[in-house]
Amino acid sequence: MRIIDEVEREYLKKKTPAFRVGDTLKVHVRVVEGDKERVQVFTGRVIARKGSGTSASVTLRKVSYGEGVERMFFLHSPRVARIEVAKSEPARRAKLYYTRGRVGAKER
Amino acid sequence: MKIHRMGILGRKMGMTQIFDDEGRVIPVTVIQAGPCTVVQVKTPDACGYGAVQLGFDEGKETSFTKPLRGHFARAKTPPFKFLREIRLPAADLAAYAVGQAVGADIFSPGEFVDVTGVSKGKGYAGVIKRHHFSGSPASHGSHEYFRHGGSIGQHSYPGRVFKGLGMAGHLGAARATVQNLKVVKVTPGKNLLLIRGAVPGPTGAYVVVRKAVKRTRAVPA
Repeated sequence: MRIIDEVEREYLKKKTPAFRVGDTLKVHVRVVEGDKERVQVFTGRVIARKGSGTSASVTLRKVSYGEGVERMFFLHSPRVARIEVAKSEPARRAKLYYTRGRVGAKER
Repeated sequence: MKIHRMGILGRKMGMTQIFDDEGRVIPVTVIQAGPCTVVQVKTPDACGYGAVQLGFDEGKETSFTKPLRGHFARAKTPPFKFLREIRLPAADLAAYAVGQAVGADIFSPGEFVDVTGVSKGKGYAGVIKRHHFSGSPASHGSHEYFRHGGSIGQHSYPGRVFKGLGMAGHLGAARATVQNLKVVKVTPGKNLLLIRGAVPGPTGAYVVVRKAVKRTRAVPA
Protein backbone atom coordinates (compact mmCIF):
# COMPACT_ATOMS: atom_id res chain seq x y z
CA MET A 1 0.00 0.00 0.00
CA ARG A 2 2.90 2.34 0.65
CA ILE A 3 3.92 2.40 -3.03
CA ILE A 4 0.38 3.29 -4.06
CA ASP A 5 0.40 6.19 -1.59
CA GLU A 6 3.70 7.36 -2.99
CA VAL A 7 2.32 7.30 -6.54
CA GLU A 8 -0.79 9.19 -5.45
CA ARG A 9 1.09 11.84 -3.52
CA GLU A 10 2.33 13.38 -6.73
CA TYR A 11 -1.23 14.09 -7.81
CA LEU A 12 -2.49 15.45 -4.50
CA LYS A 13 -2.88 19.13 -3.81
CA LYS A 14 -0.70 20.53 -1.06
CA LYS A 15 -3.60 22.02 0.78
CA THR A 16 -7.27 21.18 0.84
CA PRO A 17 -9.63 23.42 2.81
CA ALA A 18 -11.02 22.15 6.09
CA PHE A 19 -14.77 21.71 5.94
CA ARG A 20 -17.42 19.39 7.27
CA VAL A 21 -20.54 17.77 5.99
CA GLY A 22 -23.32 20.36 6.19
CA ASP A 23 -21.12 23.35 5.30
CA THR A 24 -21.89 25.44 2.26
CA LEU A 25 -18.97 25.62 -0.18
CA LYS A 26 -18.10 27.74 -3.17
CA VAL A 27 -16.16 25.60 -5.64
CA HIS A 28 -14.31 27.45 -8.38
CA VAL A 29 -14.27 25.14 -11.41
CA ARG A 30 -12.09 25.61 -14.46
CA VAL A 31 -14.28 25.26 -17.53
CA VAL A 32 -12.66 24.81 -20.91
CA GLU A 33 -14.72 25.91 -23.88
CA GLY A 34 -12.86 25.46 -27.13
CA ASP A 35 -9.54 27.14 -26.49
CA LYS A 36 -10.88 29.49 -23.83
CA GLU A 37 -10.74 28.75 -20.16
CA ARG A 38 -12.85 30.44 -17.52
CA VAL A 39 -13.76 29.88 -13.91
CA GLN A 40 -17.27 28.98 -12.87
CA VAL A 41 -18.46 28.96 -9.28
CA PHE A 42 -20.74 26.26 -7.95
CA THR A 43 -22.24 26.96 -4.55
CA GLY A 44 -23.91 24.21 -2.57
CA ARG A 45 -24.21 22.40 0.70
CA VAL A 46 -21.93 19.42 1.37
CA ILE A 47 -24.13 16.35 1.57
CA ALA A 48 -21.35 13.75 1.39
CA ARG A 49 -17.60 13.36 1.61
CA LYS A 50 -16.17 10.19 0.15
CA GLY A 51 -12.91 8.51 -0.65
CA SER A 52 -9.30 9.10 0.23
CA GLY A 53 -6.13 9.96 -1.64
CA THR A 54 -6.69 11.00 -5.24
CA SER A 55 -10.26 9.74 -5.17
CA ALA A 56 -11.33 12.01 -2.27
CA SER A 57 -14.52 13.73 -3.34
CA VAL A 58 -17.32 15.96 -2.12
CA THR A 59 -20.95 16.05 -3.24
CA LEU A 60 -22.69 19.43 -3.17
CA ARG A 61 -26.41 20.06 -3.36
CA LYS A 62 -28.21 23.27 -4.07
CA VAL A 63 -31.71 24.22 -5.07
CA SER A 64 -31.63 26.23 -8.25
CA TYR A 65 -34.89 27.86 -9.39
CA GLY A 66 -36.81 25.28 -7.42
CA GLU A 67 -34.92 22.36 -8.96
CA GLY A 68 -32.50 20.33 -6.84
CA VAL A 69 -29.00 20.16 -8.35
CA GLU A 70 -26.22 17.88 -7.10
CA ARG A 71 -22.65 17.91 -8.30
CA MET A 72 -19.65 15.82 -7.29
CA PHE A 73 -16.09 17.16 -7.31
CA PHE A 74 -12.80 15.38 -6.84
CA LEU A 75 -10.98 17.51 -4.26
CA HIS A 76 -7.61 16.98 -5.92
CA SER A 77 -8.73 17.48 -9.52
CA PRO A 78 -6.81 20.14 -11.42
CA ARG A 79 -10.21 21.36 -12.65
CA VAL A 80 -11.07 22.48 -9.14
CA ALA A 81 -9.23 25.79 -8.85
CA ARG A 82 -10.29 26.86 -5.39
CA ILE A 83 -12.71 25.92 -2.64
CA GLU A 84 -13.99 28.37 -0.06
CA VAL A 85 -16.29 27.79 2.85
CA ALA A 86 -19.23 30.15 2.58
CA LYS A 87 -21.21 29.04 5.58
CA SER A 88 -20.46 26.55 8.32
CA GLU A 89 -23.30 24.58 9.83
CA PRO A 90 -21.99 21.13 10.78
CA ALA A 91 -24.56 18.37 10.50
CA ARG A 92 -25.15 15.53 12.89
CA ARG A 93 -25.09 12.97 10.07
CA ALA A 94 -22.20 11.92 7.85
CA LYS A 95 -24.39 11.89 4.73
CA LEU A 96 -27.23 14.34 4.18
CA TYR A 97 -29.09 12.36 1.53
CA TYR A 98 -32.27 12.92 3.52
CA THR A 99 -32.35 16.55 2.34
CA ARG A 100 -33.35 15.32 -1.10
CA GLY A 101 -37.01 16.00 -1.64
CA ARG A 102 -37.24 18.36 1.32
CA VAL A 103 -37.31 22.11 0.98
CA GLY A 104 -36.88 25.04 3.33
CA ALA A 105 -37.03 24.50 7.07
CA LYS A 106 -37.52 20.75 6.69
CA GLU A 107 -33.99 20.44 5.31
CA ARG A 108 -32.58 20.55 8.83
CA MET B 1 4.00 -16.37 -37.43
CA LYS B 2 4.52 -15.73 -33.76
CA ILE B 3 5.73 -12.30 -32.80
CA HIS B 4 8.16 -12.06 -29.91
CA ARG B 5 8.63 -8.75 -28.18
CA MET B 6 10.59 -7.68 -25.13
CA GLY B 7 8.96 -7.77 -21.73
CA ILE B 8 9.67 -7.54 -18.06
CA LEU B 9 8.64 -9.24 -14.83
CA GLY B 10 6.92 -7.38 -12.05
CA ARG B 11 4.48 -7.33 -9.21
CA LYS B 12 1.02 -5.81 -9.15
CA MET B 13 0.96 -3.18 -6.41
CA GLY B 14 -2.71 -2.25 -6.70
CA MET B 15 -4.94 0.23 -8.42
CA THR B 16 -5.62 3.92 -7.99
CA GLN B 17 -6.73 6.86 -10.08
CA ILE B 18 -4.80 9.86 -11.34
CA PHE B 19 -5.66 13.04 -13.23
CA ASP B 20 -4.42 13.97 -16.69
CA ASP B 21 -3.63 17.52 -17.79
CA GLU B 22 -7.25 18.20 -18.63
CA GLY B 23 -8.46 16.99 -15.28
CA ARG B 24 -9.84 13.70 -16.57
CA VAL B 25 -9.64 10.77 -14.20
CA ILE B 26 -7.57 7.81 -15.42
CA PRO B 27 -7.85 4.45 -13.62
CA VAL B 28 -4.37 2.97 -13.35
CA THR B 29 -2.71 -0.18 -12.08
CA VAL B 30 0.65 0.35 -10.42
CA ILE B 31 3.22 -2.32 -11.28
CA GLN B 32 6.60 -2.71 -9.66
CA ALA B 33 8.39 -3.73 -12.87
CA GLY B 34 11.87 -4.82 -12.06
CA PRO B 35 14.68 -4.51 -11.40
CA CYS B 36 15.05 -7.78 -13.28
CA THR B 37 18.28 -9.62 -13.96
CA VAL B 38 19.09 -11.69 -17.02
CA VAL B 39 19.77 -15.18 -15.64
CA GLN B 40 20.22 -17.01 -18.93
CA VAL B 41 20.23 -16.24 -22.64
CA LYS B 42 18.75 -19.01 -24.78
CA THR B 43 20.08 -19.03 -28.32
CA PRO B 44 18.64 -20.93 -31.27
CA ASP B 45 22.00 -22.70 -31.72
CA ALA B 46 22.29 -24.01 -28.17
CA CYS B 47 18.64 -24.34 -27.14
CA GLY B 48 16.62 -24.42 -30.33
CA TYR B 49 14.87 -21.13 -29.67
CA GLY B 50 15.70 -17.56 -28.71
CA ALA B 51 14.79 -16.11 -25.30
CA VAL B 52 16.12 -14.26 -22.32
CA GLN B 53 15.41 -15.70 -18.91
CA LEU B 54 14.67 -12.96 -16.40
CA GLY B 55 14.68 -13.19 -12.61
CA PHE B 56 12.69 -10.94 -10.30
CA ASP B 57 12.22 -10.72 -6.52
CA GLU B 58 15.34 -11.95 -4.76
CA GLY B 59 14.83 -14.81 -2.33
CA LYS B 60 16.68 -16.58 0.45
CA GLU B 61 19.31 -19.04 -0.76
CA THR B 62 18.10 -21.79 1.59
CA SER B 63 14.56 -21.78 0.24
CA PHE B 64 15.67 -22.96 -3.20
CA THR B 65 16.29 -26.50 -4.38
CA LYS B 66 19.83 -27.56 -5.20
CA PRO B 67 19.28 -27.67 -8.97
CA LEU B 68 17.94 -24.10 -8.88
CA ARG B 69 20.78 -22.91 -6.66
CA GLY B 70 23.19 -24.34 -9.18
CA HIS B 71 21.37 -22.53 -11.96
CA PHE B 72 21.76 -19.19 -10.21
CA ALA B 73 25.35 -19.92 -9.17
CA ARG B 74 26.24 -20.52 -12.78
CA ALA B 75 24.77 -17.15 -13.75
CA LYS B 76 26.49 -15.56 -10.72
CA THR B 77 23.22 -13.93 -9.70
CA PRO B 78 21.27 -14.04 -6.44
CA PRO B 79 18.37 -16.55 -6.42
CA PHE B 80 15.09 -15.12 -7.71
CA LYS B 81 11.61 -16.23 -6.69
CA PHE B 82 10.03 -15.34 -10.03
CA LEU B 83 11.79 -16.71 -13.09
CA ARG B 84 10.36 -16.44 -16.61
CA GLU B 85 11.60 -16.56 -20.16
CA ILE B 86 10.78 -13.82 -22.64
CA ARG B 87 10.90 -15.17 -26.20
CA LEU B 88 12.87 -12.93 -28.55
CA PRO B 89 13.91 -13.11 -32.19
CA ALA B 90 17.49 -14.33 -32.55
CA ALA B 91 18.64 -10.96 -33.87
CA ASP B 92 17.68 -9.19 -30.64
CA LEU B 93 19.54 -11.56 -28.33
CA ALA B 94 22.93 -9.91 -28.75
CA ALA B 95 21.72 -6.93 -26.71
CA TYR B 96 21.39 -9.06 -23.57
CA ALA B 97 24.08 -10.70 -21.47
CA VAL B 98 23.81 -12.82 -18.33
CA GLY B 99 23.80 -10.63 -15.21
CA GLN B 100 22.51 -7.58 -17.05
CA ALA B 101 19.81 -5.54 -15.32
CA VAL B 102 16.52 -4.82 -17.08
CA GLY B 103 14.30 -2.07 -15.72
CA ALA B 104 10.98 -0.40 -16.34
CA ASP B 105 12.69 2.09 -18.66
CA ILE B 106 12.26 -0.32 -21.60
CA PHE B 107 8.72 1.10 -21.77
CA SER B 108 7.73 4.66 -22.48
CA PRO B 109 4.44 6.49 -21.88
CA GLY B 110 1.93 6.12 -24.71
CA GLU B 111 3.13 2.63 -25.62
CA PHE B 112 0.76 -0.34 -25.40
CA VAL B 113 1.51 -3.49 -23.44
CA ASP B 114 0.08 -6.96 -22.83
CA VAL B 115 -0.01 -8.03 -19.19
CA THR B 116 -0.03 -11.72 -18.20
CA GLY B 117 -0.79 -12.96 -14.73
CA VAL B 118 -2.78 -15.53 -12.78
CA SER B 119 -6.38 -14.40 -12.36
CA LYS B 120 -8.11 -14.30 -8.99
CA GLY B 121 -9.54 -17.70 -8.05
CA LYS B 122 -13.33 -17.78 -7.85
CA GLY B 123 -13.68 -21.40 -6.72
CA TYR B 124 -16.46 -23.65 -8.02
CA ALA B 125 -18.70 -21.29 -9.96
CA GLY B 126 -22.08 -21.75 -11.60
CA VAL B 127 -22.84 -21.11 -15.26
CA ILE B 128 -24.08 -17.53 -14.73
CA LYS B 129 -20.78 -16.34 -13.26
CA ARG B 130 -18.59 -18.68 -15.30
CA HIS B 131 -20.13 -18.47 -18.79
CA HIS B 132 -22.41 -15.43 -18.52
CA PHE B 133 -25.59 -17.46 -18.94
CA SER B 134 -28.71 -15.40 -18.37
CA GLY B 135 -30.48 -17.49 -15.73
CA SER B 136 -34.21 -18.09 -15.42
CA PRO B 137 -37.15 -15.79 -14.58
CA ALA B 138 -37.41 -14.83 -10.92
CA SER B 139 -41.21 -14.79 -11.04
CA HIS B 140 -44.10 -15.98 -13.26
CA GLY B 141 -44.30 -19.29 -11.47
CA SER B 142 -40.60 -20.24 -11.48
CA HIS B 143 -39.48 -22.08 -8.45
CA GLU B 144 -36.31 -23.90 -7.52
CA TYR B 145 -34.90 -23.05 -10.94
CA PHE B 146 -33.18 -19.65 -11.01
CA ARG B 147 -29.49 -19.95 -11.83
CA HIS B 148 -29.50 -23.23 -13.75
CA GLY B 149 -27.99 -23.73 -17.18
CA GLY B 150 -31.08 -25.34 -18.72
CA SER B 151 -30.99 -28.29 -21.07
CA ILE B 152 -27.60 -29.69 -22.05
CA GLY B 153 -28.72 -31.54 -25.16
CA GLN B 154 -31.46 -33.16 -27.29
CA HIS B 155 -32.60 -36.78 -27.36
CA SER B 156 -31.43 -40.21 -28.53
CA TYR B 157 -30.13 -38.39 -31.56
CA PRO B 158 -27.39 -37.12 -31.10
CA GLY B 159 -27.48 -39.06 -27.83
CA ARG B 160 -24.50 -37.26 -26.40
CA VAL B 161 -23.56 -33.87 -24.99
CA PHE B 162 -21.68 -31.66 -27.44
CA LYS B 163 -18.14 -30.69 -26.63
CA GLY B 164 -17.51 -27.18 -25.39
CA LEU B 165 -20.88 -26.84 -23.66
CA GLY B 166 -20.74 -24.36 -20.77
CA MET B 167 -21.17 -26.01 -17.40
CA ALA B 168 -20.36 -25.23 -13.78
CA GLY B 169 -16.82 -25.77 -12.54
CA HIS B 170 -13.69 -24.14 -11.30
CA LEU B 171 -13.29 -20.49 -12.31
CA GLY B 172 -10.26 -18.25 -12.10
CA ALA B 173 -6.75 -18.94 -10.75
CA ALA B 174 -5.72 -19.51 -14.38
CA ARG B 175 -3.21 -17.77 -16.58
CA ALA B 176 -4.80 -14.71 -18.16
CA THR B 177 -3.53 -12.00 -20.47
CA VAL B 178 -5.01 -8.55 -20.98
CA GLN B 179 -3.94 -7.01 -24.28
CA ASN B 180 -3.40 -3.45 -25.45
CA LEU B 181 -3.16 -1.59 -22.16
CA LYS B 182 -1.72 1.89 -22.40
CA VAL B 183 1.36 2.82 -20.41
CA VAL B 184 0.45 6.08 -18.69
CA LYS B 185 3.63 6.77 -16.77
CA VAL B 186 7.07 5.26 -16.19
CA THR B 187 9.22 6.02 -13.15
CA PRO B 188 12.58 4.47 -14.07
CA GLY B 189 14.28 5.24 -10.73
CA LYS B 190 11.73 3.23 -8.79
CA ASN B 191 10.89 0.89 -11.69
CA LEU B 192 7.23 1.74 -11.46
CA LEU B 193 4.81 1.39 -14.36
CA LEU B 194 1.40 3.03 -14.36
CA ILE B 195 -0.85 1.16 -16.76
CA ARG B 196 -4.33 2.26 -17.70
CA GLY B 197 -6.97 -0.26 -16.70
CA ALA B 198 -7.05 -3.50 -14.76
CA VAL B 199 -4.56 -6.35 -14.76
CA PRO B 200 -5.16 -10.04 -13.88
CA GLY B 201 -4.59 -11.25 -10.34
CA PRO B 202 -4.70 -9.89 -6.81
CA THR B 203 -2.50 -7.12 -5.44
CA GLY B 204 0.94 -8.52 -4.75
CA ALA B 205 0.78 -11.08 -7.56
CA TYR B 206 3.55 -11.58 -10.09
CA VAL B 207 2.86 -10.38 -13.62
CA VAL B 208 4.68 -10.35 -16.96
CA VAL B 209 4.44 -7.07 -18.87
CA ARG B 210 5.23 -7.38 -22.58
CA LYS B 211 5.16 -4.90 -25.39
CA ALA B 212 1.82 -5.34 -27.13
CA VAL B 213 1.68 -7.85 -29.96
CA LYS B 214 -1.29 -6.26 -31.72
CA ARG B 215 -1.17 -2.56 -30.96
CA THR B 216 2.43 -1.64 -31.71
CA ARG B 217 2.09 2.03 -32.52
CA ALA B 218 2.36 4.34 -29.53
CA VAL B 219 0.01 7.28 -29.09
CA PRO B 220 1.05 10.63 -27.61
CA ALA B 221 1.06 10.15 -23.86
